[in-house]
Amino acid sequence: MRGKSRITLNLLSWIIGLIWLIPFIGVFMTALRPLDELLHGWWNFESFHPTFSNFKSAWFHPTAPLSVGILNSLKVAIPSTVIPIILATMMGYYFSRYRFPFKRSMFILIIITITLPQQMIAIPIYKMLSATGLLDTYTGLILLHTSWGIPWITFFMRNFFTTIPISIEEAARLDGAGDITIFFRIALPLSLPAIGSAATLQFNWVWSDFFLALITVYSPDKLLATQRIPLMRGVYHVDWGLLSSAAITVMIVPIIVYVFLQKYYIKGMIGWATK
Amino acid sequence: MLRKSKFTHFLVFMAPALTLIMIFVVYPSIATISGSFRTEDGKWTLKNYLEVFKSSELINFEGFSRGFPLGALIHNLIWIAIHLPLTTSLGLILAVILRRAKGGNLLKSFIFLGMVMPMIVGGVMVRFMFDGNIGVVNAFLRLFGIEGKTWTAYPETALFSLIFGSVWLWTGFSMILYSAGIETIPKDFYEAASLDGAGPVRIFFSITLPLLKPITIVVVTMTLLWELKIFDIVYVATMGGPGGSSNVLALQMYNYAFRELDMGKASVIAVILTGSTLLASIPLLKSASEVS
Repeated sequence: MRGKSRITLNLLSWIIGLIWLIPFIGVFMTALRPLDELLHGWWNFESFHPTFSNFKSAWFHPTAPLSVGILNSLKVAIPSTVIPIILATMMGYYFSRYRFPFKRSMFILIIITITLPQQMIAIPIYKMLSATGLLDTYTGLILLHTSWGIPWITFFMRNFFTTIPISIEEAARLDGAGDITIFFRIALPLSLPAIGSAATLQFNWVWSDFFLALITVYSPDKLLATQRIPLMRGVYHVDWGLLSSAAITVMIVPIIVYVFLQKYYIKGMIGWATK
Repeated sequence: MLRKSKFTHFLVFMAPALTLIMIFVVYPSIATISGSFRTEDGKWTLKNYLEVFKSSELINFEGFSRGFPLGALIHNLIWIAIHLPLTTSLGLILAVILRRAKGGNLLKSFIFLGMVMPMIVGGVMVRFMFDGNIGVVNAFLRLFGIEGKTWTAYPETALFSLIFGSVWLWTGFSMILYSAGIETIPKDFYEAASLDGAGPVRIFFSITLPLLKPITIVVVTMTLLWELKIFDIVYVATMGGPGGSSNVLALQMYNYAFRELDMGKASVIAVILTGSTLLASIPLLKSASEVS
């Protein structure tokens, strides 16, 4: 490319990228600065006294402390990542390696469950959880996230396993290994990168979930991090300092996961969507 | 050659996961369909459907002459009409431009941030962008001497604010998919084309775009599903207001079920919502049915 158009392209790219970043900078500034400095806009730097007081008030909020919310979200997100990954990896492997009756219908059923909106199951699961005493417990919510995550992880892992040649496994079979040994000794280790991608996405999606938590968890001390955000809004006017710092605190976890596991995250996003 | 499954294989590999899906996803979906056709005492009826279709919450016919609200279903359709073409084309353009730019990967990360954060936070960000005092939209307008307002607080602008805000959140998705797609196009195609004297615009329309068709199908399907299921953003930014003018299907279902405690009408909305997501996923289902 010629020099002039190269400069235009770089300039245009950076202008667009920075425009995209402005709301983040705005929320960050709003969270960091005291209220009286915000009256003339967070972009006004005539006086600049950054403070963590908004973060402190969100973290130790009297009615909805985020410190508790973050801990609760971890308690839900970790098992809701590990359990479906194990179960769905096995089911995905089964779909990729075996012939069995109703296989096609089963697979279509899995795809349909991937596309369902959570509203479709909301009322019956509310009734089921309340009938079994699992309403307002993390066990109930973890079961829901596990079941909700299994279909897409199965789809994802099945697509991955179909790219691994069966011949490797057949060699082990000739050496006398059984199917279950083959799965754990050969297929599972080979699939660790794919599992990494699936786990990264599942963790972030469970962390980000709002609706399932909204309808099944309601005790004030049990509320998850995402559920505490609307509570920070204030009734008559929006307390932007508090709300911004809460928003940043809650998004920091998935962003950290993204930054450190970016390779897996992007691969997962692409692999999951395009197979 | 695929192995023939023995019953023990089914028990070990499939039964645990399948049981969970059956109990917590499949059974509840069927129960919701059945609930949409039942009265509170469990008798079969079409009353719920009639009530929902007659109500102004789904489609508000008066709104067509008077203005917002137009009803949740119409709002979702408007969302699709604006958000789908914008995010898809913007994502493609950004993927093409940023590939060649210095620091393009960093810029892509900025744009992708909207996809990484929880959508409940996304809703706060959107509400923030359009705020009357500290919002960036008004700060920008003030440069041109225009005094703005809190755009999410007025019936005629609330829905559009959320839609444009959600473009900002979601464009990273199509950008990332298109970026990956472009990398798979062989370099020789481009070299051959430029040897033949094709300019960058010509190359884009006769090579890049046609070869990205499979990616486009995926982007469009996933984006449609996201637009139909939209909930968190609306919940936290406007709660569907003011006066229902930014209401959407998923939120209406929640309101019927957990605020008005009308399970029949809530189930009807859930069924309508699911019907539309199934329509949107036809391409996905087609490719899935080719599995061997």
